[in-house]
Amino acid sequence: MDRMSYAIEVEKLTKIYGRGETAVTALLDATFQVKPGELVAILGPSGSGKSTLLTAIGLINEPTRGRVVLDGALVADGGWVAGIDLKRLRREKLGFIFQAHNLIPFLTAQENVMVALEINRVSRHDAKIRAAELLGSLNLGRRLNNYPSALSGGEAQRVAIARALANVPKVILADEPTAALDTENGKNVMALLKKLAVENSSAILVVTHDHRMVEGFDRIFEVHDGRISCPPLAEGER
Amino acid sequence: MNLAVRDIRYHLGRFILTSVGLGLLLGVVMSMGGIYRGLFADALAVLNHTRADIWVVQQDTNGPFAENSRIPEDIKYRIKGVPGVAQASPLSFETLQLERGGRPFRFFLIGYDLNGFGGPPVITAGRNIRQKHYELVAAKGMNMALGEKLHLGLHDYTVVGITGKVVSSSGDPAAYVSLSDAQDIQFKKDNDAIRSDRARIDANLSRIQTLSPTQTKFLRQNVAAIAESTHTVNTVVARLAPGADLSQVKERINRWNHFRPLSEEEQSRILTKGMIEKARMQLGLFRIILLVISAVIISLIIYTSTLDKIRVIATLKLIGSPNRVIVGMILQQSLLMGVIAYAIGYLLLLMTYDKFPRRIVLEPFDLRLLLAIVIVICILASFVGIRKALKVEPAEALGG
Repeated sequence: MDRMSYAIEVEKLTKIYGRGETAVTALLDATFQVKPGELVAILGPSGSGKSTLLTAIGLINEPTRGRVVLDGALVADGGWVAGIDLKRLRREKLGFIFQAHNLIPFLTAQENVMVALEINRVSRHDAKIRAAELLGSLNLGRRLNNYPSALSGGEAQRVAIARALANVPKVILADEPTAALDTENGKNVMALLKKLAVENSSAILVVTHDHRMVEGFDRIFEVHDGRISCPPLAEGER
Repeated sequence: MNLAVRDIRYHLGRFILTSVGLGLLLGVVMSMGGIYRGLFADALAVLNHTRADIWVVQQDTNGPFAENSRIPEDIKYRIKGVPGVAQASPLSFETLQLERGGRPFRFFLIGYDLNGFGGPPVITAGRNIRQKHYELVAAKGMNMALGEKLHLGLHDYTVVGITGKVVSSSGDPAAYVSLSDAQDIQFKKDNDAIRSDRARIDANLSRIQTLSPTQTKFLRQNVAAIAESTHTVNTVVARLAPGADLSQVKERINRWNHFRPLSEEEQSRILTKGMIEKARMQLGLFRIILLVISAVIISLIIYTSTLDKIRVIATLKLIGSPNRVIVGMILQQSLLMGVIAYAIGYLLLLMTYDKFPRRIVLEPFDLRLLLAIVIVICILASFVGIRKALKVEPAEALGG
């Protein structure tokens, strides 16, 4: 598989907070690749560096060293690549799912999905249709005009997933997406992510500390004290 | 999608309450401006209705509206004789306060020559004064009915007509009577006072041993006549003939002893600059203070509203929203709040301005200027929220 075929490529990614004696290494020499359509879990205890890894790949937290390539585009090499438009890349290539659903409380379910599309310059008419389709496909067709406060936790998280998928991103980053859900809803969400990874050929990186939720994942990365250990891709998949 | 409108729609109750509160504040700012304009209108009401070119008043005084001015009534004949003067008419002014229905009843009494000018500008009900005595035309603000009687001085006066909104510079409603009635009310003494004065004159004259009885009698009659005379007025107003030179007419009257001619412009300046300047400055200061308070309130509302939306803003940033979307949301909310509050303030004032004890004059220029100021305040006030929003990191959307 050539470089263009990987959704995520990370090489010797390092993040150090602070300087001198107070410097803390949150992530050290992380190296891995993730294919399109692959569902990867990142497991590890609190403070191990999971979120640092996610925010570095999510173009939120500038790495100290190392390279990040997203969908064939080099975004970080030491620091951010000069002149790179991080917002545009986040809009076009990335989808985010949060621990709490992070829906905008004053927008309906449909509008929450539409906002992601309109930000990406999709016309209002098209955005409305696409949002309704997406929510319909996630069994939320009857909840289009409900505000987040009127949705259950599972429904709200599915709306958040629909928003993350709206622009058909190549990479979806999920930060503890089941933390606010009960076990059954949590498993449903994970199953949904698995299905979407395959259907949309999106690489999905899920940060979690709950081992019970990672059943059916393609690979599981473990992070301890900033060091990541990940099973390599099978020989034929490289 | 307009995020500002969506947010307002979702928090409609809070937004309406905030806008009403702010609207009340802006309504007060508007009413202050209206009161200020009203002060001008009130101060100049009598001056404008009289439509005189020259006001002749007592020398070294600023005229009847500013201080005491007394001149003999018969000077009108001399003024009429000045080349360029077409009409001259004496006027008397007096502020009276009586008890009516157990409450203080204050008004501005204007006495005018029935054959001259300076009388009621318009009759809205009843008729104008026809008889030389005991008839009165009341301004609408006096709340008197036709046929109603009012006891002034030694006599009762009947309301025969109602005129428009004529008030003194202090805002007291005006009442018109004939000049002779006004002079009686202002200067005529009651019988006890006349007897007392005559006794005093007799006593004083009796001390002068050199006077013969005839001389004493003559002197007593003349002194008493002067003391009891009511033929005094506060001003004589004059209108010039077409083409007459105001400065020449003034110059001529200036040469006489004991009189001061004031042009309409000078009289207007005395009324506005001299008499209501402090009130104007006070109102102006209040307006500035209230506008500053409004600005602080809008800033606080926008700032706390931005704090409420930190997670929303972080999420928007994280999903790649450009800054203009976030700035637009805050700015539009601020502007909507200001404009809606302005409209509420304006409507409240429209509904209540007739009930204000003093005249409120809403000038379109003032209203437009205030709207512009409110918009500028909203833009400036939104900067505190925008500054906060721009500092929000997308990473704040992560975590529980």
